[in-house]
Amino acid sequence: MGRTLFLALGIFLTIACSVTGLVILPNWQFQGLKPVTKKDGVKYPMPYFGDNHKGRAEYISHGCIYCHSQQVRMKGYGADIRRGWGTRRSVPRDYIYDYPHQLGTMRTGPDLANIGARQPSRDWHSLHLYDPQITSPGSVMPRFYYLFDEVKQGEAPRAGAIKVPDGYPNRGSVVAIVPNERGEQLIAYLKWLNQSFPLPEAQQ
Amino acid sequence: MNVVNSPTEEIRARIEADSSARVVVTLYWASALFWLTFATLAGLISSIKLHSPNFLNYEWLTFGRIRPVHWDTAIYGFGGLAASGTLLWLQARLCQVKLPFRGPLIIGGIVYNLGMVLGVIAVLAGYSTGVETLEFPVWAMTFLVLPFVVIVIANFTMYARKKTQHTYVSQWYLMAVTVWFPVLVLSAEACINFGAVDGVAQAIANWWYGHNVVGLFATPTGIAAAYYLIPKVIGKPIHSYHLSLVGFWTNAIFYNWAGTHHLTGGPLPAWTITVGVVGSMMMFIPVVTIGINHHMTMLGSFHLLKTSPTLRFAVMGSMMYTVASFQGSLEALRSHQEVTHFTHYTIGHVHLGMYGFFAPLMFAMMYYAMPRLMRQEWSSARLIRIHFWCTLVGTALYGGAMCFAGVKQGLMMNDPAIPFLKVVEFTIPFLQLRTLAGLILLSGTIAFLINFGRMMARHKLTFADPTLFTSERNWDALLEEEQKV
Repeated sequence: MGRTLFLALGIFLTIACSVTGLVILPNWQFQGLKPVTKKDGVKYPMPYFGDNHKGRAEYISHGCIYCHSQQVRMKGYGADIRRGWGTRRSVPRDYIYDYPHQLGTMRTGPDLANIGARQPSRDWHSLHLYDPQITSPGSVMPRFYYLFDEVKQGEAPRAGAIKVPDGYPNRGSVVAIVPNERGEQLIAYLKWLNQSFPLPEAQQ
Repeated sequence: MNVVNSPTEEIRARIEADSSARVVVTLYWASALFWLTFATLAGLISSIKLHSPNFLNYEWLTFGRIRPVHWDTAIYGFGGLAASGTLLWLQARLCQVKLPFRGPLIIGGIVYNLGMVLGVIAVLAGYSTGVETLEFPVWAMTFLVLPFVVIVIANFTMYARKKTQHTYVSQWYLMAVTVWFPVLVLSAEACINFGAVDGVAQAIANWWYGHNVVGLFATPTGIAAAYYLIPKVIGKPIHSYHLSLVGFWTNAIFYNWAGTHHLTGGPLPAWTITVGVVGSMMMFIPVVTIGINHHMTMLGSFHLLKTSPTLRFAVMGSMMYTVASFQGSLEALRSHQEVTHFTHYTIGHVHLGMYGFFAPLMFAMMYYAMPRLMRQEWSSARLIRIHFWCTLVGTALYGGAMCFAGVKQGLMMNDPAIPFLKVVEFTIPFLQLRTLAGLILLSGTIAFLINFGRMMARHKLTFADPTLFTSERNWDALLEEEQKV
């Protein structure tokens, strides 16, 4: 019995140590992180709200994380900054409002930590999500056509519609697209993603 | 303590243990095979989508949903159920006791399967938690955790009632699994899905879990199976008791810390990553000792690979354990991660581990134990042969294509002069090769399913001798004879 207890206790200790060291300790280290106030009085980072908050749920629901990371590696490690995916490395403070985290581990597609700064246009995001072949020929991203209403030839024009370019081969009778509610939310989230504010700890 | 003395008593205890485990273990393994087929199909669909994005492009089957379903059904559906079946059967056998709590264990198996179905539907419908490897909503995950309460109690009860004097090395690993798994799942759920930790600490908790669910659940069960099957089939004791002791404790201590290398280069303090790298490097100790123990035991008995299906799968598994673990440790190095992190290389590595090491050992376990549980032999040696070669060739092609493409993909991504879409274009032929590998793996699984199904249906056309690769009389031949008559 003594040996069984020793075995079970030893086994339990191994995992108890690692959860303390790898989860509880770092959490203590980061718990105190607060947003910083920029010169214009606006705080960075800001909690998600409204459409970008709901759009984050769409991002999670469609599993964007399985192809897109949201983290810029430091200068000299990989080519993240030289590829223009960010102006500085990402730091823990960038993520204090992220529940759940979406750091990601795969780059079948480019990093999205700064996609809002890199692509601020609603039109670009709409066309890209509707069919990636319009903006990025050769992409292996699926079409998220169900996030859009299609405006067909002869139908009445709609407010906020985005014209589908003439050269687009799979255009058919679709002349324009309008993001539906979920589409607008996802685009709002993508446009919100921006880590360009130079946090002091990211400069070291 | 009731100690078993005479050989006849030992054999009787073994038969009693086997027949008591029949319904429970068959239920767990049959569902494991169902989920393996499901996972392989989901993986195949995901794979096709990565080179032909318009394939089955519906919201419920979009890549970002079918891909987590693939991994979750592979690790929880196949992995969880195959490992639980193995755990229960092996512990009953090694303790020479009857399997206790059979009723609750059967209900547990049904509840677990129900949880899997609900979890899969939830992810496909868009209710994923968004946390890699913990995608199932908490309410679906509850169905997976509750049966483990019974499994853990059953495991400890068997150990407490054991009629043998010593504890075999496989039993340490089985005990470890039942201690680790509940702690692992509950801590990870508490930290991430219940929000006990903030920001990037979630990412550490996520990869502490994601790495350990393989390393502290699938790996120990696989090692336990190899430690049991290799000496059993060739009839020689394990090479060194002391090495197995070293291997067990170093594995237990170091694997726990290795997970953070999944976040190398990420927005985390350097020390967290360094700990992960050190943990991964230290893993060379258990990997080498376990490797020496398995391979030295095999030394001089390789000719038996020609005949025994169990041994062939077990040796493939134990050899791939060495290969995939060496690869995994090296992969943790910062210089290696600079290139291969975020690429298909990691996916290749995961498959070498799961389909090269873990799955073959579970197959070996089933090939060995099912005839003893059902008191009936496998009906076709040809189907076992197809299953083996598909598993080996499929895994090698998958691992080879993805690891090679991953390195090149990483090098290209680290050269900002190469446009991103050029990198995508480069990977496409390799992604197509992966689809081919997936098809080969699926064919092997189907061959196994047919053999398994025939046994479940208690087909009468079987024979008393064990089915070996060299068996001349097999089911197909008998069927032909019958048709001639």
